[in-house]
Amino acid sequence: MRPVYVVGAGMTRFGRSELSLVDLAGTAALAALRHASLGKVPVDGVVVANMGGSRINRQTALASALVDRLALYPAAAEAVENGPASGASAVKVGYQAVASGMADVVLVVGAEMMRAVDGLEGTDFVASLSHPEAEYIYGVTLPSLAGLFARLYMSRFGVERKHLAMVAIKNHDHAMKNPYAHIHQPITMEGILTSPEAVVNNPLVADPLCLFDCCPVSDGAAALILASKDIADRLSGPRVRIAGIGQATDTHAVHEREDPTDLRAVRLASDKAFAMADAKPADVHVVELHDAFTILEIAESEAAGFFKRGEAHKAIERGETRLAGRLPINPSGGLKARGHPVGATGVAQLVELTWQLRGEAAGRQVEKAKVAYACNFGGFGNNVIATVLRKEER
Amino acid sequence: MGSVTDLEALLRPPAMEMPPYPPKVITLASGEEMVVRQVGREEIPTVLKAIYPLLLVERDYYDIVAARLYAELLAYKRYRVRDEYVLVGLIDGVLAGVVNGRLVDAKVGMSYHTMTIRRGLRVGSHLFAAKMEYHIEHIGQEDVLIVAESPIGFRRWMIEYPLEKKYEVQHELGGVPSWVLTRKTYFDAKPRLVTGRRPVPDALLVGAATIRLPGDDVVKRQVLDEKGGGR
Repeated sequence: MRPVYVVGAGMTRFGRSELSLVDLAGTAALAALRHASLGKVPVDGVVVANMGGSRINRQTALASALVDRLALYPAAAEAVENGPASGASAVKVGYQAVASGMADVVLVVGAEMMRAVDGLEGTDFVASLSHPEAEYIYGVTLPSLAGLFARLYMSRFGVERKHLAMVAIKNHDHAMKNPYAHIHQPITMEGILTSPEAVVNNPLVADPLCLFDCCPVSDGAAALILASKDIADRLSGPRVRIAGIGQATDTHAVHEREDPTDLRAVRLASDKAFAMADAKPADVHVVELHDAFTILEIAESEAAGFFKRGEAHKAIERGETRLAGRLPINPSGGLKARGHPVGATGVAQLVELTWQLRGEAAGRQVEKAKVAYACNFGGFGNNVIATVLRKEER
Repeated sequence: MGSVTDLEALLRPPAMEMPPYPPKVITLASGEEMVVRQVGREEIPTVLKAIYPLLLVERDYYDIVAARLYAELLAYKRYRVRDEYVLVGLIDGVLAGVVNGRLVDAKVGMSYHTMTIRRGLRVGSHLFAAKMEYHIEHIGQEDVLIVAESPIGFRRWMIEYPLEKKYEVQHELGGVPSWVLTRKTYFDAKPRLVTGRRPVPDALLVGAATIRLPGDDVVKRQVLDEKGGGR
């Protein structure tokens, strides 16, 4: 396979958008194309990740629509739907196209317009990824699955609500430095946990998870330009290579897992990605995890191999995962505060890491970052894609 | 009769005795302290300035709420509504939200509007709770009649408390018939929805003595922009 490089990255601000889904995707795509400065080099493939366009925006064939909107004909185009892991799946498809020699330059876009519907319909739309007969018909939602998971994880590993709050506070702080983040609002331990008012400020959503343990519902789009080495060599700017991609699946219904606290798909996907990248977790300088719920940042950081099981919350207590810590996690603010337009998230994670490796993450730059890792967590851990990026010196 | 003063006396509604709302302070998720206090007629022009830029903001029904609230506050200032009161939330003296309502009679209150200017910190939830606290605990009423004009309001009041239907009564705001908060509903909900500390420390009271406005652009940005108002 040919090496594949990320030569451009861009995104919209996450939050609430007045654009159409196609225009939202196009805005991110244009930002990435400007960033790449391809000149006359044509884009010969377009891959678009989206989960809910057909249901909540009445927009299908999004990739074809985007090609037309950007006048990128006759580029090949396809849409990818893989639940909340759609973004990283689209990157994988783009990677395969370039690595195989079928394309030299691929535009990968993730886009989602979730706020076109109200919160109840949005929650139901995301819940439709759960097992239809074993989970969904009983009223299971993603927050409820995360609540059950959190309760089990907390009882087994000594994680307390204060640790969940620490994750939220950290990611809100990080998002304050990210102009693309949905939430620009610092929060405090007193405000969300220890004051008498915390019961109103931070109400229960799915015991033990509260409002500030859950990501917001966001609109947003993110885009990457992937290119072959020949093309990357012709462009200026720091060079970021997709060094490893790993994907793994698990049972659809969470209760069918032998140990529901073992995020096996995260572990296996990460192992594959690190093996492909010829790297190990200790080599990583900056991480983006899929913290749709605060407990997931803790659990994923262990399953990916950055901490031993039951140890991540202690590292959080020591401040190791803050921007200035030993291993900064979610410098973008993560899903928790940058936001979570489901189809865009996996791409946005890699946009952030590309900027970090290129030294372009102003205000939240992790110094001397050369190896980066992202986990895009689909379903409730039943389809996970891990990606390792590596900065290459010219 | 015949003098302007005599005529004005006929145009003004009679007033019931209302105890003052004792100020309280609430710690928000951000760690900031919000002082909730009652405002008198002399402060209404300042509050109106904050509402004015929202008259044309369609998002989340701000336009209709702003238009009606503007009229209600103006009517209060100029003595054209009976037994109205207005509470505000102030963070470092800056207006974060406004609520108002009135007394129908000694036993029944009527909630008018809740407007959040600083979004993302449950300011509206706290202020609505303060309004209910005023009716039930300080004025000693039995019921508060309530309607919602936005889905956000419906979720916050009808579902969260939860309120009961009282469809046999038409709310003064028109639209749907009334829902009601009873004393029992209030006290059942109080542990999870009504907070705040009294007395308010002097330094905070002094800081909240004069209402400061965030400015038209900031008001619009806080309402239209994303959580935290893009600060």
